Amino acid sequence: MSMAALFDHLRDHLPVLPILLPLVAGALMLVFDERRRMLKIVLSLITLAALLWVAGALLASALAPEPGQREAIHVYRLGNWPAPFGIVLVVDRLSALMLALAAVLGTASFIFSLARWHKAGPRYYTLFLFLLMGLNGAFLTGDLFNLFVFFEVMLAASYGLVLHGSGTARIKAGLHYIPINLVASSFFLVGVSLIYGVTGTLNMADLAERIPQVSAADRTLLEAGAGILGIAFLVKAAMWPLNFWLPTTYAAASAPVAAMFAIMTKVGVYVLLRLSLLLFGGMAGASAGFGTDVLFYGGLATVAVGLTGVLASQSMPRLAGYSVLVSSGTLLAAVGTQNPSLISGALFYLVSSTLSVAAFFLLIEVIERGRIAGADVLAVSMEFFGDMEEEADPVKEEVGVALPLTIAVLGCGFIACTALLAGLPPLSGFIGKFALLSALMDGAGVRSAATWVFVGLLSLSGFATLIAMTRTGINTFWVPMEAMLPKVRRVEFAAITVLLGLCAGLTVFAGPAMAYMDATARMLNRPSAYIEEVLAVARAGLPAPGANREGGH
Amino acid sequence: MEFLLAIGIGVFAGSGVWLLLRPRTYQVIIGLSLVSYAVNLFIFGMGRLRSGAAPILEKGEVGDPARFADPMPQALVLTAIVIGFAMTALFLVVILAARGRTGSDHVDGLGE
Repeated sequence: MSMAALFDHLRDHLPVLPILLPLVAGALMLVFDERRRMLKIVLSLITLAALLWVAGALLASALAPEPGQREAIHVYRLGNWPAPFGIVLVVDRLSALMLALAAVLGTASFIFSLARWHKAGPRYYTLFLFLLMGLNGAFLTGDLFNLFVFFEVMLAASYGLVLHGSGTARIKAGLHYIPINLVASSFFLVGVSLIYGVTGTLNMADLAERIPQVSAADRTLLEAGAGILGIAFLVKAAMWPLNFWLPTTYAAASAPVAAMFAIMTKVGVYVLLRLSLLLFGGMAGASAGFGTDVLFYGGLATVAVGLTGVLASQSMPRLAGYSVLVSSGTLLAAVGTQNPSLISGALFYLVSSTLSVAAFFLLIEVIERGRIAGADVLAVSMEFFGDMEEEADPVKEEVGVALPLTIAVLGCGFIACTALLAGLPPLSGFIGKFALLSALMDGAGVRSAATWVFVGLLSLSGFATLIAMTRTGINTFWVPMEAMLPKVRRVEFAAITVLLGLCAGLTVFAGPAMAYMDATARMLNRPSAYIEEVLAVARAGLPAPGANREGGH
Repeated sequence: MEFLLAIGIGVFAGSGVWLLLRPRTYQVIIGLSLVSYAVNLFIFGMGRLRSGAAPILEKGEVGDPARFADPMPQALVLTAIVIGFAMTALFLVVILAARGRTGSDHVDGLGE
């Protein structure tokens, strides 16, 4: 086989690579001794680079429809069986975007962890790659049960990673995080099997076709199944009141892991966005719009809880955890409206908030390194009880270069994070929030009270974040130098800079990015193209091999 | 048969939920196991109950699909059992670690 032919062959199998590559690399690493770190690092970096390339290629392919296609949707049949019978992977604009986000975030977090966190516990590299595999699989799959399997892969890896670095706080957090997700998985299974019991299919596209035809007697059962299934995703997406585990867990996790967890709440949002519009969009007949009120009002409640938590947080990791809640609530409320212009703004906000929260988690770890333990609680209580005796511990010696500009750079990073999380200009957080607000205020006519509440909460959450971040910033950076001189390695700077730089890039290229999000939201709102593409082969009655380019071999 | 299965699922789920809400880690893990049994039986039930039916097709005939037991939920149950078992084992390790670290088997890691 010539090189070109091999390359062509590889291109046909691109959609399966985001799952296969981390699986093979992660499993391979288990064979080698725990002490051969260099080998594992190189292997992981190669895998991550390959994932970045694949995600880029898939993103490019999602931009250009093939001749005869309405939308650029690529269907990869795993066993080469036509869709409702076999399992498919589907690459469209939304999944390609999420894959790219996961790859970028994974690479940045991994590079950050190379400074020291990767040595903090066993099997880190394998777990990290398996987490990426689960994420990628959840984004790609077109089948509900496969979604369950990939969720479990992702969760199993996250159980290991949350304990990475060990310590009592992490084990205690794991003791809550793990059973809650195990129970959520039970809900997932009950929901999936109820839906199967009523419709007889697990393929998402097939399901979307069958839901309008479900008889009135079975409809209650179907909606009960969808509701129970939704609970599983809402636990992941951290909707109030299913989110009490999140701030503690995210604050306890080691920095690179917490940064990766920033995208795990977004997996829940992703699935809800996809299923809500595919299964219960305009075409769903009597079930159209099922659950949208829960998403909308639940999202608003989550924003309210998140912004209260942001204000009340006494430590930076918890502040970051509550910011995750704010962004997740905003997204859920936007999904609940099923309004394409709002969803396009929400997608932009999703990318921006994931990157900025992840950067913030990484930054916090670097900043906290130079601080006395418990300094945050001290700082907050100082505001109430006046000055306390200053107690400057000698800074522990750490390996690394003491860059002369450390504080200045960290300060700038902190300001960038503040602007991003609070939604202030000039960075992408502002554009995301502005897109949401302008979509809400768009058009003439009377706006409902709910819209005004959404607008109010959006503005208020930005304001609360600004207050909390400013307070934290003052207490952290405006202190005597000797108490605050963290030693930071270059790779750590690089990782944070990449994430914040991407947010800056999103600002500069906001036009094309918004155009992409607009097209994605339009595609999601008209699921018929997705359904047609997935079920095309079965429709035509063709034997699958060679029927179209995406056919597996 | 339906009645028996429904009662079985109900008893498993009920006891499981009760145990899940108890403060001791051992009770929680047994509760999780019971809930997963209930869920597995439930998935199985979603393929409709039928006794004496062939799993896919009878030997040497094409047959009527309506007469056969649905193999799909059975495959799903297998997957769910394997995953549930692995997760329970993993949680057990965390519980042991928590017991060692905090000296207590309370879910919040509190002492006596």
